[in-house]
Amino acid sequence: MALAKDYASVMGRSNDIQKDALGLDYAEFETSPIAFDYEKLMTSTGYTLEEVNRIQSQYGVGNTPLLEARNITKLARKYAKPGYGARIFIKDEAANASGSFKDRRAACAVYHAKKLGYKGVMAATSGNYGAAVASQAAIQGLKCIIVQECYDSKGVGQPEIVEKARKCEALGAEVVQLTVGPELFYSFLSILEDTGYFNASLYSPFGIAGIDTLGYEIVQQCREKLGKDPDMVVCTTAGGGMVTGTARGVRKAGCDAQVVSASIDLSGLSMASDVDFNKKSCTTGHTGFGVPYATDPDHSDVPRSAARPLRYMDRYVTITQGEVMYMTEMLAQLEGIERGPAGQTALAAAFSLAQELPEDNILVVSETEYTGAGKHVQPQLDFAKQNGIDVRIGDPKEEVPGKSVVLPASPALFKYKEADVDHFRASLIKKAVKKAGVKPTESDLEFLAEETKKDVDFVKSVLEKEGLL
Amino acid sequence: MAKKGDWVRIHSVVLKAEERTAKLPEDTQACDLEQWTKGFLLADAKLGDEVEVETAVGRIEKGTLIDEAPYYDHSYGKFVPELIAIDKQLREEMAEIGGDK
Ligand SMILES: Cc1ncc(COP(=O)(O)O)c(C=O)c1O
Repeated sequence: MALAKDYASVMGRSNDIQKDALGLDYAEFETSPIAFDYEKLMTSTGYTLEEVNRIQSQYGVGNTPLLEARNITKLARKYAKPGYGARIFIKDEAANASGSFKDRRAACAVYHAKKLGYKGVMAATSGNYGAAVASQAAIQGLKCIIVQECYDSKGVGQPEIVEKARKCEALGAEVVQLTVGPELFYSFLSILEDTGYFNASLYSPFGIAGIDTLGYEIVQQCREKLGKDPDMVVCTTAGGGMVTGTARGVRKAGCDAQVVSASIDLSGLSMASDVDFNKKSCTTGHTGFGVPYATDPDHSDVPRSAARPLRYMDRYVTITQGEVMYMTEMLAQLEGIERGPAGQTALAAAFSLAQELPEDNILVVSETEYTGAGKHVQPQLDFAKQNGIDVRIGDPKEEVPGKSVVLPASPALFKYKEADVDHFRASLIKKAVKKAGVKPTESDLEFLAEETKKDVDFVKSVLEKEGLL
Repeated sequence: MAKKGDWVRIHSVVLKAEERTAKLPEDTQACDLEQWTKGFLLADAKLGDEVEVETAVGRIEKGTLIDEAPYYDHSYGKFVPELIAIDKQLREEMAEIGGDK
């Protein structure tokens, strides 16, 4: 008998569909209503760092150049106090097969799908990950469907997302495009169920294990080139996979560099709003993903996300759209490489962070991404203007997301904002306990301490204040 | 008129506004959830017809025929004078710091 395909029926079968589509039963990692065994989930991939490296090398991924941004460093020093201004290096992830670090995730997910005998892969993504999965599916010989949130209710698409649709199709994938709304997940599940394809989720352990090599390579390359470890690694952060995997790799290499998350500040814009959708001038690397995924990692398309940014980040800073757009111009004009804006989020923050570090320090920005029509400063700013956004030159501190994009009047005006990570940690702890609806045990408290890179006393003090202990 | 086998774009409504039960902001709640995909037309049809297509992966999908020759027209955008000002400023900075030495 044919299965009912209406919204309630498909969503009701969500757990079974996901289990079939990942070849992984998350129930075996659950240890209590609150806690699960994260490291067991991560080792369930069965892929060691060496194996991941071997898979990636075979499929055009990884071992990207580490470039020194000499002129950007000089300019940062001009605006720093004497003796300050760390050397800035950039991992040129645009050199991966489809043009971003997302290839690292996709290479492993698609490899795993193929090993398990799936005929095709699917991913729900409006970002670079779509192109990455499409590219890896092409290389490894599987079919591919990408499901995107792309248009507002007037059928107007975000130029960055439209470009990614084009690229996915160019790489052989089918692209299903939708208007704004979380029910994209319904369409996604429904097609997943019909096709029996693998869910190449951004948040599976296979995907995240693929990023570990990025952090590891950064440390190895610093040691080879400079004879020393990096002091700070800055990661553009949305769903949190980048910072999670990079930090894991950095630590696996035995390096204790400070790991900093950086997101574009889009506070005040609703991610599920049809009207706000096209008021954004960038579609990833922003707080609209960064904050909810950090404080509640398990609301993605898998039962437990392998991306758990608060386990790894030491700091979280924000930067404005205007600063990121300006930085994209700076990279082209001063370093001679043209790259996409979203990938410059961490570099924009790094320009300001470097000014607080001594000159002999090494700061590494974990990525760049490809650029092209739609996915470029000019079309993104032109699109902003068409949507009534006030694009002007001035003080980026005056930018109001959804109302203005303020390009810095001088490089002197670059200044990141420090976010309160303890506040995010407290939020994660409260949400985890409330969601489970039980009193946490001693081992739950330890789990929550690990989840937030804090100690049990911190967890207790948060829960006591809320009467949740 | 599109012919059987032509590569076309189709549109469908996945959920009507009143069928949307997820937690949504008011503005989104007032809209249908719409979907687009592309494929080879399975039978001759004209714009506005309900049709079936075979997609790039070989799925059969139903929808309204909305484009008989779909193409992308996203671009590098119109002139943004602010960028010219930034680029000039950066070249001046570069002259001052002396480039890569
Ligand atoms: C170029 C680029 N950088 C960074 C990110 C952020 O990665 P994550 O979602 O893993 O935090 C993304 C993801 O959307 C991206 O496309």
